Amino acid sequence: MSGAGGHGGSGAVLQVEAPRSDLLRHPAVPLPHWRSDFPILSITVRGKPLVYLDNAATSQKPRQVIDAISEFYASGNANIHRGVHYLSEQATVAFEEVREKVARFLGAESAGEIVFTRGTTEAINLVAASWGRSNLRAGDEVLVTGMEHHSNLVPWQLLCEATGAVLRAVPITDAGELDLEALHRHLTPRTRMFAFVHLSNVLGTINPVARLVSEARSVGALTLVDGAQAAPHLPLNVQALGCDFFAFSGHKMFGPTGVGVLYGRRELLEGMPPWQGGGSMIASVGLERSTYALPPARFEAGTPPIAEVIGLGAALDYVEAVGLERIGAWESELLARATEKVAELPGIRIIGTAREKASVLSFAVEGIHPHDVGAVLDDDGVAVRAGHHCAQPLMERFGVPATVRASFAFYNTLDDVDALVTGLVRVRKVFG
Amino acid sequence: MGSMTELYQNVILEHNRSPRNYRSMEDASGQAEGNNPLCGDRITVWLKVEDDVIQDASFQGAGCAISKASASLMTAAVKGKSRAEAERLFDRFHGLVTGKPAEGEPETLGKLAVFSGVSEFPIRVKCATLSWHAMMQAMMDRQADSRAGGR
Repeated sequence: MSGAGGHGGSGAVLQVEAPRSDLLRHPAVPLPHWRSDFPILSITVRGKPLVYLDNAATSQKPRQVIDAISEFYASGNANIHRGVHYLSEQATVAFEEVREKVARFLGAESAGEIVFTRGTTEAINLVAASWGRSNLRAGDEVLVTGMEHHSNLVPWQLLCEATGAVLRAVPITDAGELDLEALHRHLTPRTRMFAFVHLSNVLGTINPVARLVSEARSVGALTLVDGAQAAPHLPLNVQALGCDFFAFSGHKMFGPTGVGVLYGRRELLEGMPPWQGGGSMIASVGLERSTYALPPARFEAGTPPIAEVIGLGAALDYVEAVGLERIGAWESELLARATEKVAELPGIRIIGTAREKASVLSFAVEGIHPHDVGAVLDDDGVAVRAGHHCAQPLMERFGVPATVRASFAFYNTLDDVDALVTGLVRVRKVFG
Repeated sequence: MGSMTELYQNVILEHNRSPRNYRSMEDASGQAEGNNPLCGDRITVWLKVEDDVIQDASFQGAGCAISKASASLMTAAVKGKSRAEAERLFDRFHGLVTGKPAEGEPETLGKLAVFSGVSEFPIRVKCATLSWHAMMQAMMDRQADSRAGGR
């Protein structure tokens, strides 16, 4: 399988630019067959069948992922890159095969550009700490947007505090889209890094990544894309997008918690100093100084989350089998139906009405706090998120302390949407 | 397992709709803000303490039904109490909503007993106690003032 990365990559480019013809014949077919792969979707909560609409917080896991982790511990467990014994060799091969798989999934040029982390948050912190502290000086600028998750905001705040660089944010419009006019004023020759979200976890907005990257490049800035929400919903190709860094988490795309990915262009990773020190990241160690391994090992100090990486590999296989195009088509159907039905209810304000949107429906219910909405829905077995979604600046932008958020995955059904709407009618009855 | 109707008892829903003592207070002797970063709730509590007795209590802010009703009932409950009595009431209320009620309670807590359902919903404990923590701070705010005034 090794060496197939480039081929997989160019295949993904085609998927990005031209929808497959079989999809045009069969848009938006429900995917009930896949639903039965997720054991948790058949449990009951508070005596009601679970209606899981909190997928942007974390996705559920198919049997294939659960089994892969369980089988690894039952018959494959060993540390990697260390032993000469059989199990260690096998575990190392399995681990590195997932790196190849991730490279193909992202359309990266090589597996050497894939660093395993604990998640998106750690991936962004790695770039801010390693690239940022060795490259930024006082007066340089880091640009983010008004729709960032705290994980793509606070690491840059810390970096700017440490280096004297200035953090700026591109404002967003009332619809929840980036203000592209304002972007031009915010990108300056002093901008060294533009870090932005691909798919907003609150608004559902899909940002025009390729365009943003090209504008950043025109002033000489690097780009980091927070792909935590994009990875389970949109076909990806980092070479087509043109970004310098891309981060995502395993657990939001049907894989386990505790593992994520940082993609970085090879020459950038090669120029970056180590971040954490320890085993695995060294070439040779003396008592006073050491020399460091090449990327990606340089950024993977200590024993990595091996079983989680194996689980992530199973999740990638799973997503590939379902097909991100089919996933996208069905989720669009779910989102369209939910938006239409929820908007019909009295006193509902939908937060985030971008033209390009996916998988997330945030709203406020007039006069009723999101916590109370969430509690009544929970009583019906409907799991939604109620809160600020780790995006407090965004809440302030829209003048709400919090929102209710229903977020979809491909295994959701139109019945799930109906359960949400029925629950919201009950909310009004309880608090009206 | 807790049920929603135990959580949202009618008294709570009624105080959520028409909260008592929902106003700012210009001649307060102390005030404090309660802030729950998890849900974005913010609440300000004002107290007027004279001769160690809480003469008046009020609040304003945004919050869920539990936090709003709790603030409403709290302001009513502490009026006329000494600071020591208010502190004791805080402890008893905290015990109630965390599922560790003192002997004989919740009955002896009067209207505050309606919050007994909260103990079945651990994430809502912070909502129920937000205004109470602010009230405790507002009493300390007053103590700081009197120290400053007496130097």
